[in-house]
Amino acid sequence: MNDIVNDTPAVPVPVLTAANFKSSYKPIWCPGCGDYTVLSSVTKALAIMGVPPKDCAVVSGIGCSSRIPAYTTCYGFHGVHGRSLAAATGLKVARPDLQVLVAGGDGDGYSIGGNHFLHACRRNVDMTYLVMDNHVYGMTKGQPSPTTEPDWDSKLSPGGTGVRVFNPPVVALASGANFVARAFAGDLHGTADIIAKAMQHPGFSFVEILSPCVTFRPEQRDWRKLVRPAPVQATDDAGRAARRLMSDDGLNIGVLYAGNRAPYQASVRSEGCSVADLEAEFAL
Amino acid sequence: MQEQISAPTSVSIALAGSGGSGVMTAGTVLLAAAAKAGAYGVMVRTSGPQIRGGEAAALVRLGPQPISSLDDGFDLLLAIDWQNVNRFADEIVLGPRSVLIGDPDEGEAPEVFQATGARYVPLSLKKMAKEIPGCWINMLALGISGTLAGLPLQALQDAVRESWKKPDTLEANLLAVARGAQAATDMAEQLATNGGPMAQLQDAGASSTKRWMISGNEAAGFGAIRGGVRFVAAYPITPATEVLEWLAPSLIKVGGTLLQAEDELASINMIIGASYGGVPSLTATAGPGLALMTEAIGLAVAAEVPIVVIDVMRGGPSTGIPAKSEQSDLSFAVSGLHGDAPRLVVAPSSISDCLGATQWAVQLAEALQAPAIVLSDQYMGQSRAIIDRPADSGSTTQRLTAPANAPDYKRYRNTDSGVSPMAIPGTEGVSYTADGLEHSEAGIPSSQSKDHVLQLNKRERKLALHDYGPYWADVEGDADAVVITFGSSSGPAREAVARARAMGVNLRLLVLRLLAPARPEQMAAALQGVKHVIVVEQNHGAQLYRYLRAWYDFAQPPASYHRPGPLPLRPGELLNALLEWRKAQ
Repeated sequence: MNDIVNDTPAVPVPVLTAANFKSSYKPIWCPGCGDYTVLSSVTKALAIMGVPPKDCAVVSGIGCSSRIPAYTTCYGFHGVHGRSLAAATGLKVARPDLQVLVAGGDGDGYSIGGNHFLHACRRNVDMTYLVMDNHVYGMTKGQPSPTTEPDWDSKLSPGGTGVRVFNPPVVALASGANFVARAFAGDLHGTADIIAKAMQHPGFSFVEILSPCVTFRPEQRDWRKLVRPAPVQATDDAGRAARRLMSDDGLNIGVLYAGNRAPYQASVRSEGCSVADLEAEFAL
Repeated sequence: MQEQISAPTSVSIALAGSGGSGVMTAGTVLLAAAAKAGAYGVMVRTSGPQIRGGEAAALVRLGPQPISSLDDGFDLLLAIDWQNVNRFADEIVLGPRSVLIGDPDEGEAPEVFQATGARYVPLSLKKMAKEIPGCWINMLALGISGTLAGLPLQALQDAVRESWKKPDTLEANLLAVARGAQAATDMAEQLATNGGPMAQLQDAGASSTKRWMISGNEAAGFGAIRGGVRFVAAYPITPATEVLEWLAPSLIKVGGTLLQAEDELASINMIIGASYGGVPSLTATAGPGLALMTEAIGLAVAAEVPIVVIDVMRGGPSTGIPAKSEQSDLSFAVSGLHGDAPRLVVAPSSISDCLGATQWAVQLAEALQAPAIVLSDQYMGQSRAIIDRPADSGSTTQRLTAPANAPDYKRYRNTDSGVSPMAIPGTEGVSYTADGLEHSEAGIPSSQSKDHVLQLNKRERKLALHDYGPYWADVEGDADAVVITFGSSSGPAREAVARARAMGVNLRLLVLRLLAPARPEQMAAALQGVKHVIVVEQNHGAQLYRYLRAWYDFAQPPASYHRPGPLPLRPGELLNALLEWRKAQ
């Protein structure tokens, strides 16, 4: 390494702000939806990261929150229901140079996409997954999701499903996610900070964001009063994190686990082989 | 075997035995030895339902010309033992001219084979093998079968040398091949006086062309790489796994990546994600996997993301007959998506063509920003053949991409061709959101009639207007009666047509490579002067016949010859069907 290195670029790099990441399209969300502030947190976090929009991809599935890609100026991918993590995995492995953010809701991620959630955690590809969890299918107008309380009454499941809720951070931890956090949509800056930390952390980062559905779950407006910062610092001990997560009430906000597992690494090209060389094994 | 319809220039050998008896290895080495002697050949693998250790048979056909399917019957069945080998009676058809070799110490040859009138030659294989310490009984079988087929001992031994991985047992096994050859020579005298010598390979002479030994699944994998594929997502499924297993190390060599997915839903979405990122991408599966993938294939249609899905067809529906061939996913491939969803469907017509057709499919998908399904099948995919080296068409993948800061960029712009420049992530000033929702030209979700109609027309037009060139079908001959077929049925159909011609019944052959989109104008040109049409395929529902009747005009209703798997269509079976069809007119 040379002693004298002039790293200062000739042209100053423009400083990115949240506005650089916000598109001009008007969201379809209901007034008061938690996803509006999540969008602001996302654009703020992207500005913190400082990667230009052209090098960021926002990938989603289907549902209210999955509309988020087009509301950013990044490259967006709005795929089929439940498969955002698979599409994002293909994208990130094929294009490791991109910053990949995956976003969606609880139905998309934990129900139809549940299997991909497990395998994305264990595969540990370097990307960040945001779930805007409102404990309900909003786009189809109010059906219970895997995080809906068992006694929540709805047209589809009168009297409630009677089925216990899914604990996403615990599942993420058990499946091998390298970063697990919980955020609250109402806290724009805190959530932006957590998302930025998630993106900075190597490997698969999972952020469960409590994002109220004011239309079908108006009682979730109370989350603002109920959430609190996690009483302890993040740990890199998965066992300790699991015990905490198993016993908390789901309202502790903050980074809950930050592991140090090496991210997924695709095989490196072997030297000196061309496409034409491949035919040697068939030639007689 | 019916004498009058057997091709006299080839020889067919079945090597059978219980799992672990090494018949597949012997068959592969036999094929390699035939290549050394300048011959062409094919080896079809067949086995019982057990994962490991069940009965297995290598079905080998050798000849001086390229071979595209098995013959009607076998000149030789050599069984190392008889454990459940009788289950292959439908597949290994014998006749009075056939030779049946078995070890009497392993019991009597099964009645089902004896009843064919085949000439039974008992040979104490196990005892012979015991006399050569360290040898494998299958190498004895190789020596016997290769010599009876007319292959020189030198070629057999050279092929063993090249494939042998355990140096300490090589000499013993070379000796076993020689002992087997000696036994065959002794046997030949006996056979000559008892019904005549077994069919033998005509002297093929030195091969003048560069040749390969390759399976259809390997060829498809290589075609993918030649076409430019550099990302593959994989979920194992019979009989497509070998495509993926070949690609895994090969992709690394050329700077690509293979990722094992958690299921087919993931693999299809992974390749769509990778291709959205600008990297040509592919997956391979069979019917059950294709069924799981269909929703996302529709996404690739709507979001205009190029992808290739190889479907190595097997018996269906449902789990069906996993390790046996059937052309019964055709209807599903051409129409199995919800909504109006134009897609490309390409069918290789031979083991060799698995390479060219897959390469072509990659190029079409990339050029047209659409999903392409390659309809291979188990019969081509898992069989191994000696083929002439397929020339590399040299054409590379060309995706129309958007330059940085393109003014007024709209991802789904309504261009004349229907193909619009695709912005690749990382390109400045042209970012957009790819969407499975119907959208405006700019890619913004829209439920308006004008946007829907415009995008439907665009997606249909880009496939319809494309110039597919002469590769869309192979047309051979100019008779007024035509046989239309596709995929692995093309091999036996081509042979049946050749035999019919030799008998003075002139037929035209049309092998479809591009199944979707339909090409009515090209078809009309290819059928110029045709009065009679018969459609040949291997499925129960006459799927190609019905598809053709939906899309093409015929002067009079075509005839159909179709039957399901698992047994492959035989040239003689087709010849009889074709002769009967012609007689009826």
